[in-house]
Amino acid sequence: MAELDYKIIVGLEIHVHLATRTKMFCGCELAYGDTANTHVCPVCIGMPGSLPVMNKTALEFSILTGLALNCQIASFTKWDRKSYYYPDLPKNYQISQYDLPFSEHGYIEIPVESGGTKKIRILRAHLEEDAGKNIHTLGNFSAVDLNRAGTPLLEIVTEPDMNSPEEVGALARELQRIVRFLGVSEADMQKGHMRFEPNVNLHITRNGEVFKTPISEVKNLNSFRAIERSIAYEVRRQLHEFKETGKTLQMGNKSTYGWDDNQQVTVLQREKEEAHDYRYFPDPDLVPVEVNDAWLGEIKSRLCELPIQMQLRFAKDYGLSDYDAGVLTADRATAEFFDTAVKFGADPKRICNLLTQTGLKLANEKGTTVDQLGITPENLAKLAQMTDAGDVSATAATTIFEEMAATGSDPMQIAEAKNLIQKSDVGQIEALVDAVLAENAEAVEDAKTNPKKAKKAMGFLTGQVIKKSKGQANPKIVSQLLNKKLK
Amino acid sequence: MDTAKQLRDKIAAGRMKSADAVKTVFDRIEKIDSTLGAFLSLYKNQAFEQAQVVDDKIAAGQPVGHLAGVPIAIKDNMCTTFGATTCASKILENFHAPYNAHVVEKLHEADAVIIGKCNLDEFAMGSSTENSGLKQTVNPWDTDRVPGGSSGGSAAAVAAGLCCGALGSDTGGSIRQPASFCGVVGLKPTYGRVSRYGLVAYGSSLDQIGPLTQDVTDAALLLNVIAGHDQRDSTSVPETIAPVKDYLAELETPVKGLKIATVPHLNQGADPSVQKAIQDALGVYKSLGAEIIEIDMPNFDYAISAYYVIATAEASSNLARFDGVHYGYRSQKANDYVEVYSKSRDEAFGTEVKRRIMLGTYALSSGYYDAYYLKALKVRNLIRSDFTKAFDQADCLMMPVSPTTAFKIGEKTDDPLQMYLADIYTIAVNLAGVPGISIPCGFDEKNLPIGLQILSGPFSEDKLLRIARMHEKQTDWHTRKPNF
Repeated sequence: MAELDYKIIVGLEIHVHLATRTKMFCGCELAYGDTANTHVCPVCIGMPGSLPVMNKTALEFSILTGLALNCQIASFTKWDRKSYYYPDLPKNYQISQYDLPFSEHGYIEIPVESGGTKKIRILRAHLEEDAGKNIHTLGNFSAVDLNRAGTPLLEIVTEPDMNSPEEVGALARELQRIVRFLGVSEADMQKGHMRFEPNVNLHITRNGEVFKTPISEVKNLNSFRAIERSIAYEVRRQLHEFKETGKTLQMGNKSTYGWDDNQQVTVLQREKEEAHDYRYFPDPDLVPVEVNDAWLGEIKSRLCELPIQMQLRFAKDYGLSDYDAGVLTADRATAEFFDTAVKFGADPKRICNLLTQTGLKLANEKGTTVDQLGITPENLAKLAQMTDAGDVSATAATTIFEEMAATGSDPMQIAEAKNLIQKSDVGQIEALVDAVLAENAEAVEDAKTNPKKAKKAMGFLTGQVIKKSKGQANPKIVSQLLNKKLK
Repeated sequence: MDTAKQLRDKIAAGRMKSADAVKTVFDRIEKIDSTLGAFLSLYKNQAFEQAQVVDDKIAAGQPVGHLAGVPIAIKDNMCTTFGATTCASKILENFHAPYNAHVVEKLHEADAVIIGKCNLDEFAMGSSTENSGLKQTVNPWDTDRVPGGSSGGSAAAVAAGLCCGALGSDTGGSIRQPASFCGVVGLKPTYGRVSRYGLVAYGSSLDQIGPLTQDVTDAALLLNVIAGHDQRDSTSVPETIAPVKDYLAELETPVKGLKIATVPHLNQGADPSVQKAIQDALGVYKSLGAEIIEIDMPNFDYAISAYYVIATAEASSNLARFDGVHYGYRSQKANDYVEVYSKSRDEAFGTEVKRRIMLGTYALSSGYYDAYYLKALKVRNLIRSDFTKAFDQADCLMMPVSPTTAFKIGEKTDDPLQMYLADIYTIAVNLAGVPGISIPCGFDEKNLPIGLQILSGPFSEDKLLRIARMHEKQTDWHTRKPNF
């Protein structure tokens, strides 16, 4: 059979754990990886007579995210109960939002490989409580850990606007960057702070007719790689299935798959979407929430420039490569620190190099962010200027950077105290050059007459001059002088 | 038996020991509760310890609370750290709550002595306490008859002098109707006046805790103790919106120019003896100068239908947590986790609870939601507006609590619909959220007590109690005690 012409269609459901101090409807602190059932109270384990009280910060974090995703924020929103029986759901209903979510109809801009961005529409975002965890590794019985039960969970649903595994990966990464910029989630994939459920199918064109394959929902993906690979696998599987069976999308034939990371395959969990009836109804224990203009305005004031916009601006205004701009905008602290330093007037590329090569490494080692290293953006700009002017070498700049982080001192003072200032006095350096030339007749000869060894000889002579200057001679001037004298 | 107010004043003044009062009630409980069946659990040692604490405080001249040393009972659907909180259900028979309900904390703060927890219809679902999964309670006026429900144990205990006052909960009449059947005072406060924290939910948008007492003064006293905002209950009303008042302060002052509304077509549905008692009560008010007007409540008749959709829908969800997984009864016959749910619930829930869970589940099911639940909410709004209009015209509404006096045990158990229909006068009040009180207003030919129901606008309990007190001052119905 000839190769089929097809288009990949993917929509995404994303669950994001919010980084509030306490749970969605009670005062228990959020916990990851702690001893089972140590962060629980009557409310989050659903004891009779207990009542939920809304965590206002969680709603504010959600609204902030909704704003960043260009969503309309509802002025009136409410809580609904979603009923289903499962041991990790202590009340056997989940408090969620059904017909009046706090936000709807937005979009997210994701970077695309060809450069620029693509808009992916957001259908809705709502807030709910997470369930606990069932543990099946204890032998003959299962156990339930309710530490996670009640964790505020932001659910974001996109329209099916993505057309490749890479685009889905890009959206996932972009969303991670956004929630981190906003400070509403740690978005640590390994801790399960973000979980993804792509809905995948294909629009296949054959003989001018379009066939839609049945939709697969892949559940609970928690790494970018798994997202991309599972979708790529689904594309292959659906193509194969279509060729074999010709099966197309009908009402209700959406299947649920899991991702087997070891085998790198999707595994069928439920053939047909079971007729789930969640019996949603408004939770009578919680009052509806009115988001008035004053409150919304206050939340809006916490918005920041979004990472993708910053990245584009850095590339355009500062002439940085897309890669550099991407590294700088991976987290908000670095991006803003960079942006401030540039405003003190130095070459952006030089600042970028110092920050991404030395700054991020240092911050990583200390488990902090670059703005917490004890260096001011102004001093970073100074250091960049010194390096560019040839006052210090690139190697020395690294040393100075580290010293700045350790002491908080001015880069020029450090350079002077550590004798790292490069000598650029031509007269002084010329004397050293002459001395070296006189002492190394063989190398001089090679440099002048032997094209095979000239380069090596030049390097050697430069090294000798710098050595004689105790490392302080500006290599640029040394090499200019050597070139002149050896012509 | 002294009223709570009388007893508290005696104890606080040092004229009586709390320990003696507690001894009196326990002597009486031991004598008659095996017949009456009002209590599911008793806390004798704890009660004497608490009484001693109060007596010591008074001896030391320290200030004491508004219920200092007074023996109080609570309905067993309010969580306590002592004993079990059973809701009269096998599924919670051995459930021990790790926290106290808000009202229990309030009673403790007021230095009350909680002597025991009272029987009820399982999960407060019923009008006769016959649905208790654990015990039968009888009416102290006639032991062949029901005490009403669902707060039947609380009402019977107060009527029989086994405590000075009690707390009940009212979702569709569960305080007022047993108060009426047992000849005591029962107050359902405005929805949101008293925190529901620690009250095991039946119908969350309807449930409200309130007092059952020997007279109106005690109802005001207990409301003073339990009313107020609680940040753990989002539906409890903040002080800024509806401040709590001192309900005793103006209690003796009659309401000037009192205007009472009645709904003639409703009253006609009651037994002749009940109708007559209500007429007599209205006569008392007339003699005090009140004006009586007749109004229509056009949507009142739909209240029962709307209630049994809304209450059961909420109940089906509220009771989903009783699943045998985390706490409470677990079937020993289950082979997998689905059977843990189905068998535990099948074995431990009673018939009426199952019926209501099924009704509610059905009403919320996809395809039926609009026709049942949504429509019921619309009816609820219409009923609310009926009440708003009524209170625009009059200070209060007066009507019977129940169309009949206490009926015989077993008389209606085979006909749940008949049982539901008997709630006609009380149910609309919960749908509207307004406060209501039942006060004794006479007896029928079988010497069974009859209750007068008075209703007023949201958060006007102060006025409601004053109106009730006007009648009480002119009559002695509340002083009559069963010969038990």
